[in-house]
Amino acid sequence: MSYIISDFRHPNAKVNDLGLSKRDYEGALSTLCAGCGHDSISAAIVQSFFEMNIEPHKVVKTSGIGCSSKTPTYFLGRAHGFNSVHGRMPSVSTGANMANKDLQYIGISGDGDTASIGMGQFAHVVRRNLNMIYLVMNNGCYGLTKGQDSATADVGSAGKKGVANQFAAIDLCQLALQLGAGYVARSFSGDKKQLVPLIKGAIEHQGFAFIDVISPCVTFNNTPSSTKGYEYVRDHLDATGTIDFVPERQELKIIHPEGTSKEVKLHDGSKLILKKNSHDYDLSSKREAMNTIETVREEHKILTGLIYLHEDPKDTHAKINSVDKPLNSLSQAEVCPGSAVLDDLNAGFR
Amino acid sequence: MNRMKATNDFVILFANINGSGSASANNLFAKAVFRLGIPVSAKNIFPSNIQGLPTWFEVRVSEKGYLGRREGYDFVVATNGQTVVKDYQELEKGGYFFYDSSRRLPETLKRDDITEIGIPLTNICNENYTDPRLRQIFKNIVYVGALAYLFDMDFSVFEDSIKSQFAKKAKLIEPNIKALKLGYDHAQEHYNDICQLNIHRRNLTGDKIMMEGNTATGLGAVFAGVTVAGWYPITPSTSVIEAFESYCRKYRVDAETGKNKFAIVQAEDELAAIGIVIGAAWNGARSFTATSGPGVSLMGEFLGLAYFAEIPVFLVDIQRSGPSTGMPTRTQQSDVLAAAYASHGDTKHVLLFPANPKECFDMTVIGLDLAERLQTPVLMMSDLDLGMNTHMSDPIQWDESQVYDRGKVLDYDGLEKKKERWGRYLDVDGDGIPYRTIPGTHPTKGAFFTRGSSHDEYAVYTEDGKIYARGMQRLLTKWDTAKTIVPQASISENNNDIGVVYYGTSSFVAKEADDMLTDLGHQFDEMRIKAFPFGSEVEEFIKAHSTLFVVEQNRDAQMKSLLVNELQVVPDKLIEVLNIDGMPITAQFIVDEILEHINGKTSEEVK
Ligand SMILES: Cc1ncc(C[n+]2csc(CCOP(=O)(O)OP(=O)(O)O)c2C)c(N)n1
Ligand code: SF4
Ligand SMILES: [Mg+2]
Repeated sequence: MSYIISDFRHPNAKVNDLGLSKRDYEGALSTLCAGCGHDSISAAIVQSFFEMNIEPHKVVKTSGIGCSSKTPTYFLGRAHGFNSVHGRMPSVSTGANMANKDLQYIGISGDGDTASIGMGQFAHVVRRNLNMIYLVMNNGCYGLTKGQDSATADVGSAGKKGVANQFAAIDLCQLALQLGAGYVARSFSGDKKQLVPLIKGAIEHQGFAFIDVISPCVTFNNTPSSTKGYEYVRDHLDATGTIDFVPERQELKIIHPEGTSKEVKLHDGSKLILKKNSHDYDLSSKREAMNTIETVREEHKILTGLIYLHEDPKDTHAKINSVDKPLNSLSQAEVCPGSAVLDDLNAGFR
Repeated sequence: MNRMKATNDFVILFANINGSGSASANNLFAKAVFRLGIPVSAKNIFPSNIQGLPTWFEVRVSEKGYLGRREGYDFVVATNGQTVVKDYQELEKGGYFFYDSSRRLPETLKRDDITEIGIPLTNICNENYTDPRLRQIFKNIVYVGALAYLFDMDFSVFEDSIKSQFAKKAKLIEPNIKALKLGYDHAQEHYNDICQLNIHRRNLTGDKIMMEGNTATGLGAVFAGVTVAGWYPITPSTSVIEAFESYCRKYRVDAETGKNKFAIVQAEDELAAIGIVIGAAWNGARSFTATSGPGVSLMGEFLGLAYFAEIPVFLVDIQRSGPSTGMPTRTQQSDVLAAAYASHGDTKHVLLFPANPKECFDMTVIGLDLAERLQTPVLMMSDLDLGMNTHMSDPIQWDESQVYDRGKVLDYDGLEKKKERWGRYLDVDGDGIPYRTIPGTHPTKGAFFTRGSSHDEYAVYTEDGKIYARGMQRLLTKWDTAKTIVPQASISENNNDIGVVYYGTSSFVAKEADDMLTDLGHQFDEMRIKAFPFGSEVEEFIKAHSTLFVVEQNRDAQMKSLLVNELQVVPDKLIEVLNIDGMPITAQFIVDEILEHINGKTSEEVK
């Protein structure tokens, strides 16, 4: 169930340059599981847009289908949102962006939504360099359909040496890099300190900005080995085929400085090591960015932070040479050739 | 031997090799007939191939104005060795076989009931041109020149055509006219008074134009104010987008900045194409896509979303022979059911059935209005025959007083003035159509979350079955509204007991079939369906007739199914007349089917 938060505003609430409080950037109350990493990301989005003084109604939120894709209801309630169909957020975003280049576009997707069913659309929206933020809430599983494996790196696998996923994992950051994204970052849902600046950077970025956010699913996980608590849930699940027990979890939070690594213990007891990018390479070099991701992976760690930044001055609109005015604002007089051209036109067909 | 004699009433078949440059020569010929004031129809029968396979071009010259296809050909221009045997054998008795006599015809080809006309096209070109490419291209022009003589056509029409066609490339005029003359002179010298088929000037084409349906559709989208197009190439729909693009380049480039007042995105597939259309329409731009059957299948899920979330979509389906890849370069009307009920769950979509280029233009404009008025997908069901062939048509018109109907959209002031709480899916007018808002309109009002999951009147997610059911019922109220605003069927009635029902390109042959039946003493009423859902006039017409022949170009009688399903018609009353071979339907076929039914019935009654 989703309900509207009351309009009550604390008189001393901090306001931004637009005179808006953070509350003006919030959305409906989340219906995700308590402690779900996705909620932490929503909160980071709220904070980023608030602090960046973006008018909320000038934002368009799009998503596909999944727990992650539900989140646009939970932030920026004053913005229009579009929860489309599974894996197709990129095309809807493309159309919306073609109609009005003046709004800020943020698309939310899941690892299933992007790396499986939506792989084709993801690849092509990157290629087009659509001016948007594309954020994947990556939990390594299909949350909404109850925990099947997804095609991205198993968030728990780094902690379990030797237990390799059967199928090659897709690294969405590497893919985005390869396909020409100008802004590529990775973060962790529990690291607001890192995530907020990355979202702000993405807001600033002109062109396609990709953020892969590792976002643990507290209810399901695709790691093969589990602690007792998780096993309990799983056994329960196997036995009854229904999910009637979802343990209350605390959301994960971490803080650590750039250049250092941090071990994160997930709810099922598995671990992953995040290494914050120390930015000791040329951020605008695709090759070095790729290299760094690979090098860190060889250390069995996951690179986080801003990985690549290179502004391609030509977004989709520039590439197709569209007018400066939003296309949806052109009047009939501006788009209809009218009867004046008909004599000539018809004559050409005689 | 009896040589066939006719003036302005016969069929010519051009048998060519795909990619040999014959298409433009053949068009030059067809256009000349038209410019002589004689109704003409030209149909391209082409392979799914770029170069090398056989391709045919049928030109029907008809003073009576019969523009549908007619079976059989009276004159063949055989330039394709691969098909020469078939082309020779299938020529009508008394007909004329025109061939390139630079090589002798195979010994096996012997008929004494036809006239052979050999013109050494290759030799003529080899003698007059050195460039091998020109030799090939001008071979086609040479045969057109020869035809001009053989059919006793006014040569100046060809000269004028060449001059206007190459107005911008003047240096090509002279060599083309020379090629025409080479053919003309050779035929005159060797085949004086042989051919008894003539094409003589008349004044029967008035202000008509010759245009492809797809060109008219693309043009219609420009006039209708489409600014965003998402598409993925597929025959026979590609030329819709190509036309849209070329007219945009002509009419939609800002003179000052050189920038485009349009966005055309060639998507990665049809799913993305329709997603782009939906995203753009949702965000307040007029948008459209064009595709064919396989694309419509892929777009199914998205069409259901647009239906349920109530987003305007304008989709042009240029139908071809299915199922699957079927015969991709042959025509059919076989997507009717797939389009009407596209997507899972309870869905129905508005369909439009154009039957000539002008209607392709008009219905594109109407379709975009309807999509926004009704906030739902509208599919225009054209087909390969209409889309990719040149048809004689009334000229394109545009009434300056015509204003786009952008439907129920609340702008800033509208939201400000609104006293009651606005509900995105609230039916305040009783017509089943709610008010929508466009992103970015107002800082605090009118934002909502669009979703394909169940929602209440205020666009809030709900799993309350009653609220869901209420929403689904309201969509039916909207459906009833649609019945009153879609184009009405055209009906010609004379109190006959039997009716014939046509739609789309099946109606090309309506007049001819009617004349043929009248000659045989049969009088029928006629209805041409132009849209789905059916208006009351369709229902009444069906009710008023005891028997109705439903003429279609598919196997499963899809329009009949739709009529039976939607109007609760007793199925026996609707007699299927179905052409499914991928070739445009002929009047003779319809007449035969109808007579067979009528005679079968009477002979049974006699028993
Ligand atoms: C066409 C289609 N197939 C399957 C589904 C079922 N489905 C809903 S969500 C989902 C997976 C979502 O996974 P992900 O994108 O990772 O989101 P998460 O729930 O993990 O955040 C699937 C398979 C669907 N909605 N549509
Ligand atoms: S199932 Fe997992 S991803 Fe979905 S809401 Fe619960 S914790 Fe989050
Ligand atoms: Mg997931």
